[in-house]
Amino acid sequence: MKSPLLRRLTALALAAFALQARADEIQVAVAANFSAAAQKIAAAFEHDTGNTVKLSFGATGKFYAQIVAGAPFDVLLAADQATPARLVDEGKGVAATRRTYAVGKLVLWSADPALVDARGEVLKSDRYKHLSVADAKLAPYGQAAKETLEQLKLTEAVRTRLVTAENIGQAWQFVSTGNAEIGFVALGQVQPPDGSKAPGSMWLVPENLYTPIRQDAVAIAGAHSAATAAAFVDYLGGDKAHAVIKAYGYGW
Amino acid sequence: MDWAADLQAVTLTLKLAAVVTALLLVVGTPLAWWLARTPSRWKAPLSAVVALPLVLPPTVLGFYLLMLMGPHGVVGAATQALGIGLLPFSFAGLVIASMLYSMPFVVQPLQGAFEAVGARPLEAAATLRAGPWDRFAHVALPLARRGVVTAAVLGFAHTVGEFGVVLMIGGNVPGATRVISTQLYSHVEAMEYPQAHRLAALLLVFSFAVLCGVYRLRPRGALPGVAVEGAGGPP
Repeated sequence: MKSPLLRRLTALALAAFALQARADEIQVAVAANFSAAAQKIAAAFEHDTGNTVKLSFGATGKFYAQIVAGAPFDVLLAADQATPARLVDEGKGVAATRRTYAVGKLVLWSADPALVDARGEVLKSDRYKHLSVADAKLAPYGQAAKETLEQLKLTEAVRTRLVTAENIGQAWQFVSTGNAEIGFVALGQVQPPDGSKAPGSMWLVPENLYTPIRQDAVAIAGAHSAATAAAFVDYLGGDKAHAVIKAYGYGW
Repeated sequence: MDWAADLQAVTLTLKLAAVVTALLLVVGTPLAWWLARTPSRWKAPLSAVVALPLVLPPTVLGFYLLMLMGPHGVVGAATQALGIGLLPFSFAGLVIASMLYSMPFVVQPLQGAFEAVGARPLEAAATLRAGPWDRFAHVALPLARRGVVTAAVLGFAHTVGEFGVVLMIGGNVPGATRVISTQLYSHVEAMEYPQAHRLAALLLVFSFAVLCGVYRLRPRGALPGVAVEGAGGPP
């Protein structure tokens, strides 16, 4: 170890090793509708903190069942408020970390650029055979679509044209393949995050027509790296995360 | 969710399975007959196509059907040109998808049964001046009747248990595409466990009875297909 260069390199390697040892890895379960945004936020968090974030995407209800069964998740980004609240009640979620990280926005969307007008009048017309919605029992966006139709007094008029998807991803799929002419989906699904013009046509449903779609996050109790888990949930409320959340069509 | 909706799903499922089984016997019998007897080099690729639904995840099959049958797909363009409209979200669409999906469960037992008949009884019939149709209808088919029954029962049962394909192209329309399996799935996802248990019990008892019947018919040998794949599990 005579060479100063070698000594410096050794010091560097040791420092890197020490950093590595302090850096945590957390496992985050993400509601499917937030997948793309979560990837961006996780990358920023990794860059800023040196920790590693592993993301899993899926349905909130399934994640709930898995967490209760002991799945090794550190954080849940749910599609609703009820699931994190329930986890906290059952002692599986850390109460202090629960926060609303995103508020989803509902849009009426068509892959046809000329079909949906700026006021959603198309809903009252007979210019569509199928209206795609997510199941109101299973998906918060489905519930919001149901409330919107009720507010517009159109429930009965569209009843026979309704096709129900298991989740908001499938509702989008029915419309994007053209099998349903129009459908209620999440703004985040049809608004390109780079700000370019969205494909097709859409009507941003006024927010007084449905209960806000609040999506809550919570750190899971007994996470193997509780501090990092809490830090990640906290990071969701920061400026960098907010910029991403907004770009993907969510409020907070 | 009330009992009436469940009952409607049960009725629809039975109707779907009956229509699919009848059509599959009509389409599958000549196909199986040909596969059992042909020396053609197309035999292997065609058998593989028939067996594909055993291997492909049902949701994948359903997704491609959704694209094919949609307005931008080949099948969708054809059905629209013929004035039938689009097939997804309709009973007719479900019938076609189920036929593809249950095809191996009907064709394979039939093919096996026809192969087991062998060439000798048919040659004997031919020397007695029986024409091709006579040889098929009065010699081969009666000799292969166990295979026909097995094919019908398996086709019916497999259609009843179908889930992934229906989920992808059905759209859960009451009375048209909401079948037992999707209704059961909704109950489970919505944590309506009592309703889910009731439907699940019904499906379980039915499937058990069907399989018992089939095994009684075929005391020796395994069931084609059944060992390869469960009855249409979740995606």
